[in-house]
Amino acid sequence: MTILAMDTSNNPLGVALINDNQVIGEYITNLKKNHSVRIMPAIQTLMDDCEKSPADLTKIVVAKGPGSYTGVRIGVTIAKTLAWSLKIPLVGISSLEVLAAGAARYFEGYVSPIVDARRGQVYTGLYRFENGRLTAVEPDQLVMAADWAPKLANMDQPVLFVGNDVILHRSTFEERMGAKGVFANATEQNPRPSELAWLGKDMPGDDLHAFVPNYIRLAEAEANWLEKQGKI
Amino acid sequence: MGELMKRDQLILGIETSCDETAVAIIKNGREISANVVASQIESHKRFGGVVPEIASRHHVEQITIVLEEALEKANVTMAEIDAIAVTEGPGLVGALLIGVNAAKALAFAHQKPLVPVHHIAGHIYANRLVTELQFPLLALVVSGGHTELVYMKEHGHFEVIGETRDDAAGEAYDKVARVLNMPYPGGPHIDRLAHEGSPTIDLPRAWLEEGSYDFSFSGLKSAVINTVHNAEQRGETIAPEDLAASFQASVIDVLVKKTVDAVREYRVKQVLVAGGVAANKGLRSALEEAFSRSNADLVIPPLSLCTDNAAMIAAAGSVMFEKGIRAGMDLNANPGLDIEIFNSEDLS
Ligand SMILES: [Zn+2]
Repeated sequence: MTILAMDTSNNPLGVALINDNQVIGEYITNLKKNHSVRIMPAIQTLMDDCEKSPADLTKIVVAKGPGSYTGVRIGVTIAKTLAWSLKIPLVGISSLEVLAAGAARYFEGYVSPIVDARRGQVYTGLYRFENGRLTAVEPDQLVMAADWAPKLANMDQPVLFVGNDVILHRSTFEERMGAKGVFANATEQNPRPSELAWLGKDMPGDDLHAFVPNYIRLAEAEANWLEKQGKI
Repeated sequence: MGELMKRDQLILGIETSCDETAVAIIKNGREISANVVASQIESHKRFGGVVPEIASRHHVEQITIVLEEALEKANVTMAEIDAIAVTEGPGLVGALLIGVNAAKALAFAHQKPLVPVHHIAGHIYANRLVTELQFPLLALVVSGGHTELVYMKEHGHFEVIGETRDDAAGEAYDKVARVLNMPYPGGPHIDRLAHEGSPTIDLPRAWLEEGSYDFSFSGLKSAVINTVHNAEQRGETIAPEDLAASFQASVIDVLVKKTVDAVREYRVKQVLVAGGVAANKGLRSALEEAFSRSNADLVIPPLSLCTDNAAMIAAAGSVMFEKGIRAGMDLNANPGLDIEIFNSEDLS
């Protein structure tokens, strides 16, 4: 069993290979660079280094968003095409869940992964480890950071904020949550592609042809059109 | 000496530069084994034009479905494919990215050569699916985004001798259609309406400087808009079919005259018509008339090969593949790609 996982949903670019129960390779950068140019060479290099060929792969796992529309589409397109042409299963995992998984494993409490969505908004969700498994307490959503913080302030346990974009909203969380808000260390802010591979390891494959990113938001033109039709 | 068995060359082409998700498989550069196009036009109609973000989303929904259908139709497996050709540009960047990344993933998965193709080279090579190309040749490329005269002295060598300085012909059609309250895309509607009217309204023809093969359609577009507004102010009505006929006559006069002049100057053997506007009946008959006694052969592909498709990308890709043109796993979408960078002397 050899699983290839990839994440291009936000600035961090990640690729990992797991072989049975071992992480045999992992590559992460956190740069504002073009994923389209860098992801395939990263996959190729990692697989070469690990002496794996495409025919050895048994499953593809991809971070399916939310995040940058273009970024998520690059990863999903590659993952879909690889899985389809190699005739192996494809599993999509929430980009926020991956981010939570890296920091949550030994944390007593809740984890809120944060991806900035501009104008005071964040993509987030609420997760916790229960019986060795990451579970979603609140679904992934788009919300104003200023509305999210008071909601979390009422939780029965502390909330760990994780992600490179937390810094943009840290003061909002601190002001409204006091000691209940906990902030992850710099070494835990990038989504770990090995966690992504692990989360997808035992999951059944998704419907490949129907697989699409989770954008959370409608395209702006679509939303405006629906509004004009009186449909929302 | 034993006889060498010449195996068929099979190229898989992918095209996603605008609002069609397309995959095709072409045998020996000229024979269509499969040509699958998933059009998004119904989705974009409600917005009056192609919305880039929505186009990109549809491409992701369609890409593996279209790939599978193409392989099934051609009855081949990936193992039998010699190379994967993909539109690198020009086009909408987000849309191009889906084709480019799917092509890279396919090339990687099956360890196949990856061949980057210029979208306009594809439109030109659609003609090779109809007849063998004879060099030197001239291609008149007219589409929603392009109006160009391209000279080719040999396979895979492109020299742009004229291009639009502002709007493409297809863009002018869409804008004029909007003035006449016609749905998107406007080209076919104007063409149909033009046949019901006569070119009685005096509209300008932009010949530009003596000897120039460049085009300009923005002045014509403004003249149409002004004509409509002035008539409205005077409380007069203009017959839309006459306006459509006059507009179409102006566009066609310029396209045909410049093509005829270039054919004469460059002494070409063939004149190829390429791009979506090649479907225009008025343009087709004017060109047929103009070249009926010419030494140059006029070639106009069928409608299905004029609009965006992947057969044309695979056809161009076949020639580029034989020329040794390859892309690496770092291939990116290039929305402003220049066709002349593919010319061999620049490749060294
Ligand atoms: Zn085109």
